[in-house]
Amino acid sequence: MTNGFRRVGDGRIGLDLAPEEAAVLRGLVEQLLELMEALPAGDPGLAELGISESTEAPEDPALARLFPDGYRDDPDAAGEFRRYTESGLRDGKREAAETVLKGLAETKIVLDDAQAHAWLRSLNDLRLTLGTRLEVTEDFYERAEELDWDDPRYALYAVYDWLGLLQDTLVRSLW
Amino acid sequence: MTAPAPVEVERPETVERLDVPWIAIVWNDPINLMSYVTYVFQKVFGYGKAKAEKLMLDVHHKGRAVVANGTREEMERDVEILHSYGLWATVKKDD
Repeated sequence: MTNGFRRVGDGRIGLDLAPEEAAVLRGLVEQLLELMEALPAGDPGLAELGISESTEAPEDPALARLFPDGYRDDPDAAGEFRRYTESGLRDGKREAAETVLKGLAETKIVLDDAQAHAWLRSLNDLRLTLGTRLEVTEDFYERAEELDWDDPRYALYAVYDWLGLLQDTLVRSLW
Repeated sequence: MTAPAPVEVERPETVERLDVPWIAIVWNDPINLMSYVTYVFQKVFGYGKAKAEKLMLDVHHKGRAVVANGTREEMERDVEILHSYGLWATVKKDD
């Protein structure tokens, strides 16, 4: 099992994964890309300018967490904000996810600074997606300990925890 | 990957600012790691680690924290960047 990310000199960051760990990560990133496809694309001409037609938060709770409202008590302002930011936000998340997929072609992964930050943001998108699906709360660890190993959620809890460990080692390598 | 430092805006001291200040708020959520949130504050706003950590703890304990203030356009830009990092951030007029 991987020890997570570490500095490898030259400002680069390394990660060694077991083949099955790389496969798990690849599967999650592919699901994330698929999930983001569900966002409405809107008018292609406007989309090219980074303007989307959606002014309402996505119904899917995980998508709504990845693409949150920019205003809390002002639906009109939130809608306008979304119109002008959502497609750019999605492009950024997609590019970051694709950077991770490319990196996963190897199991001994070495990242430059830009790639490491793409990984950082994409690992966070994965945690947000999985955490929202699992309805994670502040007492995640207490709840995880109470789960039976044959509970269908057990594996997902373990993956969520593992993603947190990976991300934390990446933050500490970048500091 | 963009990592803009906060823009220094020159403000004449004798003239009252006509634009009402706006704020960017980050809300607590149970998913984002404390280390990650601290790192994002450093990266996005150019804050030192101590200040970034204090803000992160404010978010964690008080449920939210004001992380920046400025014009509406500046705050919308900041919130857009915070969303790209997956933080739960909103813009608000400072009352």
